[in-house]
Amino acid sequence: MESGNIAWVLVSAAMVLFMTPGLAFFYGGMDRGRNVLNMLMMNFYCVLVVPILWVVVGYSLSQSPFENDFIGGFDNAFLNDIGILGEDAGGTLAIVAFLGMFAAITPALISGAVADRMKFSAWAIFVPVWSLFVYVPVFKWVYGGWLGQRGSIDFAGGTAIHVNAGIAALAAVLVLGKRKGWPTEGHPPHSMPLVMIGTGILWFGWFGFNAGSALAANGQAVQAFMNTFLAAAAAGLAWVVVEWLRDGHPTNLGAASGIVAGLVAITPAAGYVSGMSPIWIGLIAGVVCCSAVKLKTKAGYDDALDVVGVHFVGGLVGSLLIGFFANPEFFGGSFMEGIFYGGSAELLLEQALANGAAIVWSFVITFGLMKLLAVTIGVRVDEEQEATGLDLALHGETAYHSGGLG
Amino acid sequence: MKLITAIVKPFKLDEVKSALQAAGITGITVSEVRGFGRQGGHTEVYRGAEYRIDFVPKVRLEIVVADESVDSIVGAIAEAARTGKIGDGKIWVSDIGQIVRIRTGESGVDAI
Repeated sequence: MESGNIAWVLVSAAMVLFMTPGLAFFYGGMDRGRNVLNMLMMNFYCVLVVPILWVVVGYSLSQSPFENDFIGGFDNAFLNDIGILGEDAGGTLAIVAFLGMFAAITPALISGAVADRMKFSAWAIFVPVWSLFVYVPVFKWVYGGWLGQRGSIDFAGGTAIHVNAGIAALAAVLVLGKRKGWPTEGHPPHSMPLVMIGTGILWFGWFGFNAGSALAANGQAVQAFMNTFLAAAAAGLAWVVVEWLRDGHPTNLGAASGIVAGLVAITPAAGYVSGMSPIWIGLIAGVVCCSAVKLKTKAGYDDALDVVGVHFVGGLVGSLLIGFFANPEFFGGSFMEGIFYGGSAELLLEQALANGAAIVWSFVITFGLMKLLAVTIGVRVDEEQEATGLDLALHGETAYHSGGLG
Repeated sequence: MKLITAIVKPFKLDEVKSALQAAGITGITVSEVRGFGRQGGHTEVYRGAEYRIDFVPKVRLEIVVADESVDSIVGAIAEAARTGKIGDGKIWVSDIGQIVRIRTGESGVDAI
């Protein structure tokens, strides 16, 4: 790999790593003050365990050999045969690191749904097992595997990451059950400033997530960067306008949620759409996700911090909109045209199929894994621990010692 | 000797403090408290879901004064803390049996 490309991939990788603490603050601020440290720890745990799993077998099983339909092999297990000399010059190793950051943040997304009530011991097992049996195969299918070969496209992980983790979040909370008191008792965010700083970190890191996914310092990376900028702004704007009209106030949480929804939605499309398309994708994602977060109270599943409404719905919206907005001519690319650029509905159908396959696999395996954990070590803290707060009950720590009634 | 306890709106604290200093008060204890009275709480909306916040933040002042100062001090607090809107707070006065200045051991009115 050329040195300029290596430099961009390494910088992007570090930016993606930074997204995990960003996500932790985004979720942690929305949590109650007595559970915020548990939320941070659930997220940070992902960057403790997943990187090791990734270099041991994760990368090899999900990417090597690239042509495999369903699952890779063990050729690159333990970083075997990945050197830094010759023409490659460390490029492959840089990609292993870059993709490892993605692997780490994906299970972290699920933490927002199970907030306030999941046993940490169950989470500690869930994360590596889920990564191996859900993330790795779906990633393989999308990138180089049967879904990618059929013609569906996913630039930076709309299907492989957000739809995948979003539907897993739904499966997880169906097994875990509702928080005590939900939905009659309210659980408002304990620190909106923490949510906003988390959102800022996420947006910053997402430039590495999306523009870095070009795996090169080239024009496609620049366009992905611009798309990431515009879609997040448009979705944040859309969300705030909807709730201002509907609920009477333009809220910080609305702006933050919209920004994240826009980032999620542009993720699959970032390297395939151009011009004003990211603004349309962002506006649509903002309006749709803002409505989707209300589904949980109607349907009765307690997705505490709206992982389904933002990541699943946002990822699905963005992935399907590729079927309309994909513009291969602009990129000089070999992917199919979207409907608005002279294409047939074929790309849209392939996008639907790819997401459908990811949804079924992720939901079924996650549900089974959570059930298995439930009947063995248990997934749920007891009532007293839930009432005490998970910070003290599970981690022996308190977030805020400054007193007050907080 | 009387203990004057006042619950006021947090943003009125500075004005109440100035009024008390002007009235010659040399010591005040202040704490942040929450509660509700006729004002009740308020509603906050997060992601379209309404949350009822019943306990609103207030500031509690505690001042010990000699019997003859009670009326003027209560008046000064009420004057400074009043906005005329619901939620301005309350003031109550109670008897106290003894007061001691820890440093010197003085007691009674001398210790105020």
